[in-house]
Amino acid sequence: MNLSELTIHEAHELLSKREISSEELTKAVLDRIDKVEEDIKAFLTVDKERALEISKKVDKEGDFSSPLAGIPVAIKDNICTKDLKTTCASKILANFVPPYDATVCEKLKSEKAVIIGKTNMDEFAMGSSTENSGFFATRNPWDVDRVPGGSSGGSAAAVAADECIFALGSDTGGSIRQPASYCGVVGLKPTYGRVSRYGLVAYASSLDQIGPITKDVTDCAMVLNAIAGWDERDSTSVNLPVPDFTKSLVEDVKGMKMGLPKEYLGEGIEPEVREAVLSAARVFENLGACVEEISLPHTEYALWAYYIIAPAEASSNLARYDGIRYGVRAKDYDDLIDLYKKTRSEGFGREVKRRIMLGTYALSSGYYDAYYLKAQKVRTLVKADFDRAFEKYDVIIAPTAPTPAFRIGEKTGDPLKMYMSDVCTIPVNMAGLPAISIPCGFSGGLPVGLQIIGKPFDEATVIRAAYTFERATDFHTKKPAL
Amino acid sequence: MEFETVIGLEVHVELLTKSKVFCSCTTEFGGEVNTHCCPVCLGMPGVLPVLNKKAVEYAIKAALALNCEIPEFSKFDRKNYFYPDLPKAYQISQYDLPLARKGYIEIEVDGKPKRIGINRIHLEEDAGKLIHEEGKSYSLVDLNRTGVPLIEIVSEPDIRTPEEAWLYLNKLKTILQYIEVSDCKMEEGSLRCDTNISLRPKGSDKFGTKVELKNLGSFRAVRRSLEYEEKRQREILESGGVVIQETRRWDEARGITIPLRSKEEAHDYRYFPDPDLVPIVIDREWVEKLKSELPELPDARKKRYMEEYGLPAYDAGVITASKALANFFEECVSQYHDPKTVSNWVMSEMLGILNETGREVDEIPFKPEQLVKMLKMIDNGTISGKIAKEVFREMFDTGKDPEAIVKEKGLTQISDEKELEKIAKKVIEENPKSVEDYKKGKEKALGFLVGQIMKETRGKANPQLVNKILKELLS
Repeated sequence: MNLSELTIHEAHELLSKREISSEELTKAVLDRIDKVEEDIKAFLTVDKERALEISKKVDKEGDFSSPLAGIPVAIKDNICTKDLKTTCASKILANFVPPYDATVCEKLKSEKAVIIGKTNMDEFAMGSSTENSGFFATRNPWDVDRVPGGSSGGSAAAVAADECIFALGSDTGGSIRQPASYCGVVGLKPTYGRVSRYGLVAYASSLDQIGPITKDVTDCAMVLNAIAGWDERDSTSVNLPVPDFTKSLVEDVKGMKMGLPKEYLGEGIEPEVREAVLSAARVFENLGACVEEISLPHTEYALWAYYIIAPAEASSNLARYDGIRYGVRAKDYDDLIDLYKKTRSEGFGREVKRRIMLGTYALSSGYYDAYYLKAQKVRTLVKADFDRAFEKYDVIIAPTAPTPAFRIGEKTGDPLKMYMSDVCTIPVNMAGLPAISIPCGFSGGLPVGLQIIGKPFDEATVIRAAYTFERATDFHTKKPAL
Repeated sequence: MEFETVIGLEVHVELLTKSKVFCSCTTEFGGEVNTHCCPVCLGMPGVLPVLNKKAVEYAIKAALALNCEIPEFSKFDRKNYFYPDLPKAYQISQYDLPLARKGYIEIEVDGKPKRIGINRIHLEEDAGKLIHEEGKSYSLVDLNRTGVPLIEIVSEPDIRTPEEAWLYLNKLKTILQYIEVSDCKMEEGSLRCDTNISLRPKGSDKFGTKVELKNLGSFRAVRRSLEYEEKRQREILESGGVVIQETRRWDEARGITIPLRSKEEAHDYRYFPDPDLVPIVIDREWVEKLKSELPELPDARKKRYMEEYGLPAYDAGVITASKALANFFEECVSQYHDPKTVSNWVMSEMLGILNETGREVDEIPFKPEQLVKMLKMIDNGTISGKIAKEVFREMFDTGKDPEAIVKEKGLTQISDEKELEKIAKKVIEENPKSVEDYKKGKEKALGFLVGQIMKETRGKANPQLVNKILKELLS
């Protein structure tokens, strides 16, 4: 077995027993990158030298008490890494090297994880296929003619292709879960406020959340343990005790009440996806859970409200990329306004510009009430749907995405079609809830993801349900043939 | 037609917190360019603001001192616009739910109190500064000031004359200095003022078209620009013209206002709630605590000076207009029996020298007890009032003790009757004409002779004694 195929807990066990070294593990992962990266293109930066150096240091210190010690991790390129280029897959930040670490990176470093590189993504996390990267598209390890999903497509593909042991992604409208689903791996979006956003380059601040992308649910719990918690540098992080999520790795869903919203199984959902989710529901029932159909009536409006709120916030968040202080500045310009126009015209890709314009329009004087304010009201209704459901149910199960991975180029010409691929994940961000995507079947040889949505700050129950399902099935053990 | 002028003021005041409003950088004025900065105030990718509680505290104190209501719920909004001194390309400010509303400042117009309403006070962050170098094709950016906490105090359109605007500003400054939330130094930019002015036919309850004035570098500029603009608008209206709604810039050197931008060119700031900050919920108990901690405010102090010390309204007003001056005064009074004497010295000599030297009260090099010592030296006849003025100036220049000065310079009053008599006799001898005049009934001649004695003693002679001796000798 190649070491790069190990999960965190498997690698941790070997490292703890000194059967392997972090250097060996890191080398194995770097070799794997050398071997498959040409086909997958998951990384924007591979920080080979430093990763090896750190792995040696961890070996020398010999303290593997942390489950992440010596474990190679890939970081989505919108999460700031000190002294390591962080581009958000945008030309406008092509040369940006942060002088600070995101809180999550600080935490990973203090756990002695080994950062091996930065993964590709849709530019500024705007997209569902990683085709909007300002540099190149990432390919799905299960079928290199297909997209890995997005926007954390690089992270999901890297985990699926064993180019790292685990990865971090960010999720604003499904950007962890949807690519995890497309690549057949585990992806968790924590509750909004559970993980610090400090150092995550903002796309839509009220929706963004960092989370783990891993090979199984156990790893997911371990990574969440490491990154969760209140951070004084993020006012929107919540000061609640963080449970030990590995304690939720129990095979037990007896009596657990699960809602299956009909709105997530209707029109637009591919039959094989629906079938996979329904059979997952049967697995849960057989394990003693109670699954009932429910209704979340405002689901259909969530997507459209999202495409007001997220671009509105983005139009403001991305205004700072003006070529004045950092990043790339256009070469020739006549005056200040020309500098702004040319820098931003040349630096941003099409989708980013589209969303900046959408958002600017939605916030404009005279339109604010009709768009932004209305969208916020819809958001409240979407959240109220979930609140009502959670009065009765412990978790909600649904597909992660309406289809498996689509072909590269298939939707690039039709933004609305592309937006629809996040229809099952967006409501969760709008309500700020935790949700995981785990492998639950295949459709035409491509992975299908099951989404398990939990109550606010109840990642523990989500993890317990996911773990129980994982132990009862073998979808997570399947590897793409590369 | 007779017109009525309607003026409103928007005043920005930097708060005296040690650190910035959303990061821990120092707020110190000056410093090497771009050294009081961090990733947060530089607006680097991925960073987040964290509200400085002290800034909220100072803003609330200001609001309480300005008689405002403090709603329980307040939030921050983003004001979006591009400019190189604004690193995030939005300013964190407050739009529809400011920290405070509905306050007022009382000024005195024609001897009567008048209330100028305050519409709102909100908390926001300051921008940086552009440095334009002569003859260069580029400008430089200094972000030291970026993120310094500001409060914006928006008045109601209750001001009717440029003079009232000037009084309002002075009162506002005094109050904020009293509660020590800002030093209000216009020259350092810690107090900035924009004005709105319009004219309407007297008796009308509708507002005329308003013009916003910017680039007002001093309270004097505020008054002068309003006077100019009042006249300009009146002339337009009287000749049947229409005032255009626009923003105009005050040109200090030429003493005129010039168009800056029209209403159509005004920004759409696209305000929306800042998703990086949670709403502020103000604890009532905290507000009550801050309220109870407010010091005595200028109006109350003035009233007390009149009642307790028997000062005339004018004296009390002048002294209490500066907290530092009033503190100095009060410390003197606590050690001296006659407040009016202290007030006279403070009002004439002290303010005179301060104005002359351009120094601030806190730069006075001697302590109140030293002034008291000097006053007591006058009372016990050690020095004359006239000499005291000389001593006072020396105290100001050197910070030395009055006793030391008097000793060093040999300024002790001559109260030795024999010695004075000797000098008097000499003066009488040398001025027979004046002696004759006095004897003929010219009282003035006595004054001349006293003067001669003072001259002879370089002002050290005890004037009462000199008078007495002369009269005796000449009778």
